Amino acid sequence: MRVWKFGDNIDTDAIIPGRYLVIYDPWALATHAFEGTRDEFAQNAREGDIIVAGKNFGCGSSREHAPLALLGAGIRVIIARSFARIFYRNAINVGILPLVCPEAGSIEDGAVVTINLDAGFIESGGRKMPIEPVPPFLKEIIDAGGLVGYARKLEKVKTCTESQ
Amino acid sequence: MASTLVEKIFSRKCARDVRAGDVVMAPVDMAMIHDITGPLAVQKFQEMGGKTVFDPGKIVLLFDHQVPADSLSAASNHVFLRKFAREQNIENLDGREGICHQVVMERGRAAPGEIIVGADSHTCMYGAAGAFATGIGSTDMGFVLKFGVLYFRVPETIRVTVGGRFPGRVGPKDLILEIAGKIGADGATYQAIEFTGETFRTMDMPGRMTCCNMAVEMGAKAGIVPPDEITWSYLASRRDIAPFSLASDDNASFSMEYSFDASRLSPRVAVPHNVDQVVDVAKVAGTHIDQVFIGSCTNGRFEDLKEAADVLKDGTFHPGVRVIIIPSSRTEYLKALKAGLIERFVSAGALVEAPCCGPCMGGAFGLLAPGEVSLSTSNRNFRGRQGSTDAFVYLCSPATAAASAMKGEITDPREV
Repeated sequence: MRVWKFGDNIDTDAIIPGRYLVIYDPWALATHAFEGTRDEFAQNAREGDIIVAGKNFGCGSSREHAPLALLGAGIRVIIARSFARIFYRNAINVGILPLVCPEAGSIEDGAVVTINLDAGFIESGGRKMPIEPVPPFLKEIIDAGGLVGYARKLEKVKTCTESQ
Repeated sequence: MASTLVEKIFSRKCARDVRAGDVVMAPVDMAMIHDITGPLAVQKFQEMGGKTVFDPGKIVLLFDHQVPADSLSAASNHVFLRKFAREQNIENLDGREGICHQVVMERGRAAPGEIIVGADSHTCMYGAAGAFATGIGSTDMGFVLKFGVLYFRVPETIRVTVGGRFPGRVGPKDLILEIAGKIGADGATYQAIEFTGETFRTMDMPGRMTCCNMAVEMGAKAGIVPPDEITWSYLASRRDIAPFSLASDDNASFSMEYSFDASRLSPRVAVPHNVDQVVDVAKVAGTHIDQVFIGSCTNGRFEDLKEAADVLKDGTFHPGVRVIIIPSSRTEYLKALKAGLIERFVSAGALVEAPCCGPCMGGAFGLLAPGEVSLSTSNRNFRGRQGSTDAFVYLCSPATAAASAMKGEITDPREV
């Protein structure tokens, strides 16, 4: 369990290059994660490792191959100062927990992070850092393990025209 | 209470007053899938227990990223989607028509007031038709295919007001690069951008498409131009729809407001490796280039090709540069063909390819080797976007691309 630290504006092309988008298997995608920009990630990332990044993580293409590649590499949690919106949704949908932490920049590469979701903070190097609460409607999807699990439980969806 | 255009679209759909920040499960009017994100969306639809899609008539399915199939995997993905389309009775446009976003627009599949999703980030382009259109991932799309609805957080709106007429050889691409440089790569995250002002009111549909297309490069959920006579006349020949008024209220609340003066713009270039690293062309003039790409959903329309041809005139492209030109759709290709543009491009030394995404996505062809430099009219210059992570991609207008392709180095189109 270690932190893989990244900077700002990490785009989905960097996470998984376009030439691998014919692949859909998370484990096969994981072998090409960050290829050319941080090759040691695919070789050394282990189950339970955490990505910590700056602002706008996952910007660019809507390719779900990006969170899938990270999932295949063992990543279950990504902590960033902010996320690009499509990636944020995709991460939750495939079962990765994206946490927004304004102080994420102070966490170092290789560090160990403990997460206290209910209390709303993470801890690293003896320092407590607040995380933004996950919106309640997304919490339901996260609790179902992703959007597929959530959808399988739904008989019918209540649309905005029916509610209220 | 005063509403933004986007709040009005969601309020109409939900038949109640909806505000920015609300989370709604809204019905979608159209869903688009292509050959890269489609197979995974179908897989997720099936994993969700999906048997029949919500409405085959509301789904646009085509292939554009790897057309014709460039690998066995791509060919298999195409076969998989063809089978799905047959089973579900979805019209399959296959690889015949061109780039998804252009095809959606020219077939009138996006209209004012609609909520549209596409499994591609540049789906925001349909805001040029006055629709709320946003890119989603494959699992979200699987959900849409099954239920016909999706949850949305209704976004706040940033209003961008542009006045003034473009100087010669300067146009919508220079403007949207300038705007992206100002707002930044994450300056509009989770928000919509409404493009308004005299410059947009007089801008043609292709220009509006170029600008809305790149809203996502600022993190935006959607880009939108308030529908007007230009929008309705574009749609008139494409679908049966009666015009109605749809605009933000005068006193609507915007999260941010920006103003730009188009008359003061010069050609703009986004330098490696971020779209918001935007400079005046003069600053990078003389930069050696190995490849020029004129095409993509951002700038592959007839008007873009014409802009390039007007710079080229009867000249030739520099022999040291690979010039790849790809019309964005079969329709646009035919227009360019009939106008004699294709003949001029080929005579000048360009490779003109059949409509598809081409080098933009760095997966099919036209890839860059380490150290190579590309100048491209597409939308992203991320490190590794068009091939090697040690290559460099610059973004510009069709006019700047054509001028540079002639000289073999980045060149101000006003000096050719």
